[in-house]
Amino acid sequence: MSIMINKDTKVITQGITGATGLFHAQGARDYGTKMVGGVTPGKGGTTIDGFPVFDTVREAVEKTGATASVIYVPPPFAADSIMEAVDAGIEMVCCITEGIPVLDMVKVKQYMDGKKTRLVGPNCPGVITPGECKIGIMPGYIHKPGKVGVVSRSGTLTYEAVWQLTCLGLGQSTCVGIGGDPVNGTNHLDVLRMFQADPDTEAVIMIGEIGGNSEEEAAYFVRDHMTKPVAAYIAGVTAPPGKRMGHAGAIISGGRGTAAEKMAVLRECGISVAESPAEMARALLNIYKP
Amino acid sequence: MNIHEYQAKAILRKFGVPVPDGHVCYNGASAREWAKRLGEGPWVVKAQIHAGGRGKGGGVKLARTPDEVRNIARDMLGMILSTHQTGPDGKVVNRVLVENGCNIDRELYVSLLVDRTTSKVTVMASTEGGMDIEEVAAKTPEKIFVEAVDPLVGLTLFQCRNIAFSLGLGGKLVNKATKVLQGLYETFIACDCSLLEINPLVITAEEEILALDAKFGFDDNAVFRQPKIGDMRDYDEEDANEVEASQHDLSYISLNGNIGCLVNGAGLAMATMDIIKHYGGDPANFLDVGGGATIERVTEAFKIILSDQKVQGILVNIFGGIMKCDIIATGVVAAANQVSLQVPLVVRLEGTNVERGREILEESGLNIVAADGMADAAQKIVKAVKEA
Repeated sequence: MSIMINKDTKVITQGITGATGLFHAQGARDYGTKMVGGVTPGKGGTTIDGFPVFDTVREAVEKTGATASVIYVPPPFAADSIMEAVDAGIEMVCCITEGIPVLDMVKVKQYMDGKKTRLVGPNCPGVITPGECKIGIMPGYIHKPGKVGVVSRSGTLTYEAVWQLTCLGLGQSTCVGIGGDPVNGTNHLDVLRMFQADPDTEAVIMIGEIGGNSEEEAAYFVRDHMTKPVAAYIAGVTAPPGKRMGHAGAIISGGRGTAAEKMAVLRECGISVAESPAEMARALLNIYKP
Repeated sequence: MNIHEYQAKAILRKFGVPVPDGHVCYNGASAREWAKRLGEGPWVVKAQIHAGGRGKGGGVKLARTPDEVRNIARDMLGMILSTHQTGPDGKVVNRVLVENGCNIDRELYVSLLVDRTTSKVTVMASTEGGMDIEEVAAKTPEKIFVEAVDPLVGLTLFQCRNIAFSLGLGGKLVNKATKVLQGLYETFIACDCSLLEINPLVITAEEEILALDAKFGFDDNAVFRQPKIGDMRDYDEEDANEVEASQHDLSYISLNGNIGCLVNGAGLAMATMDIIKHYGGDPANFLDVGGGATIERVTEAFKIILSDQKVQGILVNIFGGIMKCDIIATGVVAAANQVSLQVPLVVRLEGTNVERGREILEESGLNIVAADGMADAAQKIVKAVKEA
């Protein structure tokens, strides 16, 4: 088993006729994901590289039975695409788009309140259950099916952790990139809760960075409710305050959200914190015997 | 992105938030003229730089006569102002704001920001105006009042009244405060702000409410739909290399160390800085070349890193997921040749076609040290820079 997605998940791509959307839809299909079609308004009824294209998400859902969607729509229109997927009853929406205005996301969050859709992202690499289903832009081959869950705000740093695990012979149950934006659909805590409930996840690596307090919230959950070992790494020890470090959410403001502060809370909560990004998988092995 | 105080006040005026009458000036003579036009005095002359704490550094002064306004402006223009926010080098004052003084009765604090925990715009107010709000929050959290705004409804009248009463306002001031708060919320939404801080918001002896200072932060993701705000950007206030990098879609932040970093992905870029520090080195910058690093972008990134005189070595750390390592290696070699590299270069490549990538680096004949993994890469560059 796994969380969020598995071998039976049917996925549509919003923005499938764009270069990025198509490229990654093909990559996901090659990986074995059930990519059942895509949406580009105005191009409904056509096909692109074998993928049927629909005008609306609602129609795509009706015709394909898709329950998941991945969004590669440009930033000015991406928030609307998320809401369209929510309205169509998609269970799991993964928004890869980087650069969505934060006030658009504030509206999206309010719109989603009380609805059943789970949003991952925006500004994220996606979600992968190795060997079964890949939704997003991560390189599939670095992964290996197994028992370690990975959750991270950063894309390439997730690949780094996954690669360390794979090189040590440790496979992954599901890897979730929650994205680097300040307002996002799913946070560390949500994913930890799912990993705790997933019988096939035995241990977790959580990767965080400066800014906000998503990592701290997750740490308190680990302390109070998690029985599975958790290792963590926090990026940005050397980041200067007040500067946005690439990700919109990676900023130390008012002296809050520093890496040191986060690491202290994580340690207090019994999490094995890696001192260096090269030690993420080893930090897990300190407390987890596979 | 940030703007100057005088620009912030012009925006507020447009949304009906009262601010003192004033004008930006670039020389002493015009400061004197504007003082006479603005009123009877006294006036306040305020240095316009993108940093807080100007008062303590001598960047805010009171003048009693137009001649005094001129003299103060003349002294202030061209001076280097250092505050706790400018860093040790300070910032050159290129413009001053001349504005009418007022009779302050009370100083309050109001700010609006996007609260990450609730995903809502939040209004924060305090009776402790003019103070450092972080300090107030830490020492006397009971003096801070908060209202979270439903984005589909907006800031309601009752929420404004809640804040006004919490701040101890009564009588006509309640309605005036409500108007100010709604104006601030309207500004925040219309301009795609990430932060809007009025510190202090003053109550005058005449029972008027005025925004005496204003600090805006704008959402960089929304600048595309805020062309007027984009035009207010003052490149003199920003690091030249950071401006150059942003024009090439590179995410770059300059730091004080001597090891330049070139990385793909923001998280990995931060982690690379951290691991250099971990092994006793000091990173010179944060640089994310993005997911799809091309030869051109890698070359530009090299140029920017090398234009920093402090750089004594470069670490390239690429996890070539979708991007193939041989292509990146070709880019690194081309860039190193084009900029005739003089400092040690350590390259760590991982991902698709990594073997071919390493061969390309080796065959190039350039003095490139290949590394195996992040730890090895960081140790090698730290050592190379120490020995250089």
